[in-house]
Amino acid sequence: MTGLLSLTTFAPLVGVALILAARAAKGPGAATDTLAKWIALATTLVTFALALVLTLQFDAKNPGFQFVEDFAWFAGLHYRMGIDGISVLLVLLTAFLLPICIVASWKSVEKRVVEYLIAFLVLETLVIGVFCALDLVLFYLFFEGGLVPMFLIIGIWGGKRRIYAAYKFFLYTLLGSVLMLAAILAMISIAGTSSIPELMTYKFAPWLQTWLWLAFFASFAVKMPMWPVHTWLPDAHVEAPTAGSVILAGILLKMGGYGFMRFSIPMFPNASEMFQPLVFAMSGIAIVYTSLVAFRQTDIKKLIAYSSVAHMGFVTMGIFSGNAAGEQGALFQMISHGVISGALFLCVGVVYDRMHTREIAFYGGLTNRMPHYAFVFLLFTMGNVGLPGTSGFVGEILTMTGVYQASTWTAIVSATGVILSAMYALTLYRRVMYGEIVNPELKTITDLDAREILLFVPLIIMTLVLGIYPNLVFNLTASSVDGLVGAWRAAVGG
Amino acid sequence: MTFSANISLVLPELVLGVSALVLLVWGAFSKKTTPVFTGASVLALLAAAVLAAIGPHGHAFNGVYSADAAASYAKVAIFLFSAVAVVLGDRWLAARGDQKFEFPVLVVLSAVGMGVTASAGDLISLYIGVELQSLALYVLAAFRRDDAKASEAGLKYFVLGALSSGILLYGASLIYGFAGSTRFADIAAASHGAHGLGLLFGLIFVICGLAFKVSAAPFHMWTPDVYEGAPTPVVGFFAAAPKLAAMMMFARVLGDAFPDAVSQWRQVLIIAALLSVFVGAFAGLAQTNLKRLWAYSSIANVGYALLGVATGGEVGLHSMLVFMVLYMVDVTGFFACLQALSRDGKPMETIEDMAGLVKERPGVALAMTAFSLSALGLPPFSGFWAKFYVFKAAMGSGDVPLQWAAVLGLVGSVVAAFYYLRLIKAMWFDAPAGSVDKPQPTARAIGFAAALFSFPIVLAALVWLDPAAKAAAAAFGHL
Repeated sequence: MTGLLSLTTFAPLVGVALILAARAAKGPGAATDTLAKWIALATTLVTFALALVLTLQFDAKNPGFQFVEDFAWFAGLHYRMGIDGISVLLVLLTAFLLPICIVASWKSVEKRVVEYLIAFLVLETLVIGVFCALDLVLFYLFFEGGLVPMFLIIGIWGGKRRIYAAYKFFLYTLLGSVLMLAAILAMISIAGTSSIPELMTYKFAPWLQTWLWLAFFASFAVKMPMWPVHTWLPDAHVEAPTAGSVILAGILLKMGGYGFMRFSIPMFPNASEMFQPLVFAMSGIAIVYTSLVAFRQTDIKKLIAYSSVAHMGFVTMGIFSGNAAGEQGALFQMISHGVISGALFLCVGVVYDRMHTREIAFYGGLTNRMPHYAFVFLLFTMGNVGLPGTSGFVGEILTMTGVYQASTWTAIVSATGVILSAMYALTLYRRVMYGEIVNPELKTITDLDAREILLFVPLIIMTLVLGIYPNLVFNLTASSVDGLVGAWRAAVGG
Repeated sequence: MTFSANISLVLPELVLGVSALVLLVWGAFSKKTTPVFTGASVLALLAAAVLAAIGPHGHAFNGVYSADAAASYAKVAIFLFSAVAVVLGDRWLAARGDQKFEFPVLVVLSAVGMGVTASAGDLISLYIGVELQSLALYVLAAFRRDDAKASEAGLKYFVLGALSSGILLYGASLIYGFAGSTRFADIAAASHGAHGLGLLFGLIFVICGLAFKVSAAPFHMWTPDVYEGAPTPVVGFFAAAPKLAAMMMFARVLGDAFPDAVSQWRQVLIIAALLSVFVGAFAGLAQTNLKRLWAYSSIANVGYALLGVATGGEVGLHSMLVFMVLYMVDVTGFFACLQALSRDGKPMETIEDMAGLVKERPGVALAMTAFSLSALGLPPFSGFWAKFYVFKAAMGSGDVPLQWAAVLGLVGSVVAAFYYLRLIKAMWFDAPAGSVDKPQPTARAIGFAAALFSFPIVLAALVWLDPAAKAAAAAFGHL
């Protein structure tokens, strides 16, 4: 069915129009805010339903692009959309997390609610657009456009140092992106087309691939983020509101990994092969170093942010492993991390909403007053550690298996990351949850309410279902990943 | 060619010139500006735009004047933006009870000059156009003569402008001396194949003179002071139409008179472009006054447009023509918004003045956010497409220094991003600094229209603008 993809992408904008209409009709006020929240929730749920239809209609046997839409635009550009096995689940993940973000902000956001919801809905359109665009310039449009709503989300609804964090996020990402833009323009000039499917089969000269690869790498490595350009992430996470952190960790980081799989590997296979050791080294350092950094954090959110960087290290090394196991694992890890880290940020949000601090030392003994919360937090902590049975395990073990075939040392180094992640995650859990309540302010803290439980249920289901039956993902991704790996091996003659 | 055929080619400027004189006499006798008077000036400019769009193409007066598709394209834009400037200026002066009939007349006169430069086929017609345009602009800069800053702006502009005209003339005389003609076609023929040192010397002087007019670094020093001192609508006008006219002069002199010396003038333009981008980016960081800030922003943007010119040929010209029109809409809209805003009757001109504007005046704040993001080059706003064209042209030129210049230019735009973000931060993140007066309706309407053009209209408009600019660029120079 054509048009379904555009419908899914732009459905959130309909919600924006409805919210604006509601405000125009009723004027600003608490009633409008509530109505706007319901509209936003309904919109994101409809978008999720559309994405679900998309996933169900997706033909897993077909390694090529499906639901393709193609209209000529100007200057040789096209409005060209389509998804394959690599992007389909990322679209679903985005549509899955957005309703959760809206519900998570239901009570915690009090000022400028309408603008807040609009920012989220616009962001959803842009992110889905990133995963669906099949034209280089259209991709860049969505990719860069996402900076503005996120800048506003951090800058307006963030914490104390929000302005610093917003600037840092914006400028860091922009610098990476303009280099990618230069590469995009060069590719269009040389290949004479901006169509991504055509460029995936176009053979750029090896020396040129090196430059283009580096330019794209600059953008995606910042977005990912990879060590040593990850420093914007902890600041952005700590200052962003809870839902902002969820979307940042859950979806925006995945745009980097998606970019590697969509551009760097199929379009510049020789350069990808050449830079494989560099990526392995950076990923290995990221896994070990940021895990150790996470261990030393005093702020819960910062700890989880650093753990995100470490987990993204698994993704990057899996992507560049050059075999199906690594790629599948990386893709799976992206989905799984989207769910688990999103859930962990929500867990932080739960106690932050009650106590307005994220200091680890402030808490302790929460199991006594919050048994439900203790269960939820434990489950996702275990998922983060990579306990078998949770989705976190599958991604890590697969990427390590894949990387083992390409570079044994990298696999060994990254395996220590699993231990280190247990170290920081369990320590965090012990300090926040176990023991007696010492801090008198915590004596009256309340357990999860119905809304919060509702919030976590889908995330818990996803974590467990994916952990127990990962083939749900692999069935959809297998043929596209095989195509990707096959093309790479063929191009480098291995 | 018969005399009447010649006349039909210069009809747009002729109509404007006669209108300016009639308006001058009318104003001198009626002694005050009525809406009818302003309307008549706008009408004259619109009529000239229509004539430029539909008029015949060809060389008039022995090649001194060439009316080709590129000239038509530029003139339509120049006359339309001049008309907008008349309206904005009139409203601004009316709000201050200071309407003078000279304002529309001066804008129309400068539009005549800009039209002539866009069509210049000869160094002499080029110079006449430049001077006619500049003299009117000097007076406009100092239009509020009882305001010390405006007088300073006018004087500074005049002294430095006269100096640059001198440099331009010196270069022109060198070119004439070594080529034996002032006509572009003859210069191109005389220099065919080998360019003597004398000719190149002349060319460099001419480029320097033109770089001043377009406010490219290192000839940009006048820009911040003049922008700060001149009345806001006049600044909006300065930053739009005359910039396009000056870019057309570059295209005329370099493309028509020195088409074979690409490798020579390209180096000069690359250096000027990169200097402009980085001066605009870094010096802008220290600014708090929005007019000064946008002066540096315009310097940076001129740098981008010059990259398009440096690419040369049809592709380069095409990119420059698209770039300039998109940029002109943005900058006109920005200054229209700036002019519409005031607090307790005082204009709001610093970044701090804009604090919390989104709560006070969400519409204007949104429009100004759009202009900032557009100037930052963020997709999908028009500024991104403008940059997309020039950088694509430079990247596809096959000239390695030019390609690296494009990459550096893009990096420079990240530095500039910081100051645009500062404005957005003030409007969106900071607490309001007191109530804002009701915005001036006409200026606000123009600002909104420009913001809507910036996004989303631009996505549809480019479907039409792109082929128009392409056709204009293709027809350039050969009729």
